[in-house]
Amino acid sequence: MSIIVKPGTRLHSAVCDGQLIVVRAPTEPVELTIGGVPALTAPGDAAEKARQGHDGGTAVGKRYTDGAAGTIELLCTKPGEGVPALDGILLEIKTPKPLPASD
Amino acid sequence: MHLATLVEMIESGYPDRVLVGGGPGMPLDGSDIGDTVRRGATTLAGYSSVVYVGENQARLPCLVLSAVWAGVPFVPLNYRLEDSALQCLIAAQDNSVVIADRRSASRLGQRATIIDDWLRGLTTSPPRHEPADNPDEVAILLHTSGTISAPKAALLRHRHLMAYLLGSVEFGSAGPDEAALVAVPPYHVAGMANMLSNLYAGRRLVYLPRFSAESWLRTARAEGITHAMVVPTMLARIVDHLGGATAELPALRSLSYGGAKVSERVIRDALAAFPDTDFVNAYGLTETASTIAVLGPDDHRAAVAAEAPEIARRLASAGRVLPTVDVEIRDEAGEAVPLGVRGILHVRGDQISGEYATGSLLDAGGWFCTRDQAMVDEDGFLFIDGRADDTIIRGGENIAPAEIEEVLLGHPLVAGACVVGIPDEVWGQRILAAVVPASGATLTAEEIQSTVRERLRGSKTPDLVVFRESLPHTETGKLLRRVVAAEVAATKPSLVQS
Repeated sequence: MSIIVKPGTRLHSAVCDGQLIVVRAPTEPVELTIGGVPALTAPGDAAEKARQGHDGGTAVGKRYTDGAAGTIELLCTKPGEGVPALDGILLEIKTPKPLPASD
Repeated sequence: MHLATLVEMIESGYPDRVLVGGGPGMPLDGSDIGDTVRRGATTLAGYSSVVYVGENQARLPCLVLSAVWAGVPFVPLNYRLEDSALQCLIAAQDNSVVIADRRSASRLGQRATIIDDWLRGLTTSPPRHEPADNPDEVAILLHTSGTISAPKAALLRHRHLMAYLLGSVEFGSAGPDEAALVAVPPYHVAGMANMLSNLYAGRRLVYLPRFSAESWLRTARAEGITHAMVVPTMLARIVDHLGGATAELPALRSLSYGGAKVSERVIRDALAAFPDTDFVNAYGLTETASTIAVLGPDDHRAAVAAEAPEIARRLASAGRVLPTVDVEIRDEAGEAVPLGVRGILHVRGDQISGEYATGSLLDAGGWFCTRDQAMVDEDGFLFIDGRADDTIIRGGENIAPAEIEEVLLGHPLVAGACVVGIPDEVWGQRILAAVVPASGATLTAEEIQSTVRERLRGSKTPDLVVFRESLPHTETGKLLRRVVAAEVAATKPSLVQS
């Protein structure tokens, strides 16, 4: 099930309390899952169970991207068990570019 | 993205971590802040703006974030302004709620609510669960310092400030032992950015209500401060106060400075006074939602150790532009110039607002003209010469006053210097230097002129020299050249002839 997302869209999980917010996204519809189950754009009741391999957990403040392609970036605002995936492929944690604390 | 996201993140990411310390009702951890902000938002929703008049204090983060959650612009005003100027700025905000510290509230009369009372009243206020979420709304309205003209109301939207946070701070990057000392006033963009980025990083905020070198050093010691940001005047006063001694702040890992041009002499003295501390120079404008270029600790060390002049001079640079910001140096015709050539700095990026209450100044390509005269060297280091509007044009030659001031400030008997152009029939403009001698020192105009002549080419030697007891600055340390120029213009030229 494809959904249209844009920067600022909140994504809820059908498998846990986790929440992510879209930082960057393609304009066309995307096949996004959290915990292996389609991501929700409104709060649900988290009744589903996370699929195997998609249950490694998310951490607040981490950014999840599709690696080198860099077409999508999600920011975790609330942690959960379910990991986000695009077209069935798990998103990776983006390594921060170290910048000195300027303020 | 909306700044309310920051509230949700510190709530779920730092539920038990102390983020704001000191003062009554403190400390506050991430959960406390989330709860207070929801209740606070209920009291602010429906207003068109939240005006704050007062000093820095630990209650501020909850006020700012409550306004964020309610989707109401936060408007911090300079509490040092005269009553009439302050009333004028408040009157410009229709349908606003005015919150002030005790001292400022007594000047504003019935109109203001004391922040202590506002915070105390929140225990009975019902929480507002749904956060505002329109990233295009104004989050913070700041009045620019107005070194060139009257202050302007700059608009920073949620998306600009979130872009700044996402582009320059990593969530959770601060250890639980880290603490930041906030000394820059709330009506300055660095004061606001300082608060937001430390909360995002997870660093405890400690507020210094009013700055003095002595109280800054004492608080840093007592609170185990690991990170601090100061404007150049503060840095100069701290170095002055230490009088050659080291600061004895082993916990202080990072000291960043920015907000105005800083003299290289002050930086070298500061590096010696803080031998265990990393130095960071941050360059940015109100209209760029804070920092857009950074000279990091390694850059400082390399410049100090360097023999090669092109590396050593980087100590006076603004460092490298953030990867999330595009930069272009343009000539007067608006054409981009190559590396190493001077021109006007233009920037573009998600954090760049370039917008005032009167309209946006971004060009069709999304670029913002900073009006700063600048150059980028071969390795990407950005050098800021000063405001383009301050440029003196003498006999067709463009002269940056800051360069001459820097030479004068290197003289051991010069405590302050301001260089301006004054109208001249022959040259178009001539160069005037207003100099403040160090206390007890006597200087002559000839000494001043020869100091410049030895270091710079002859056309940059001040034609006129006046001596003064002090120079006018904005509260955050920017030299008010236009005030000096106006004062000189009002004086008979024969009186200022060297």
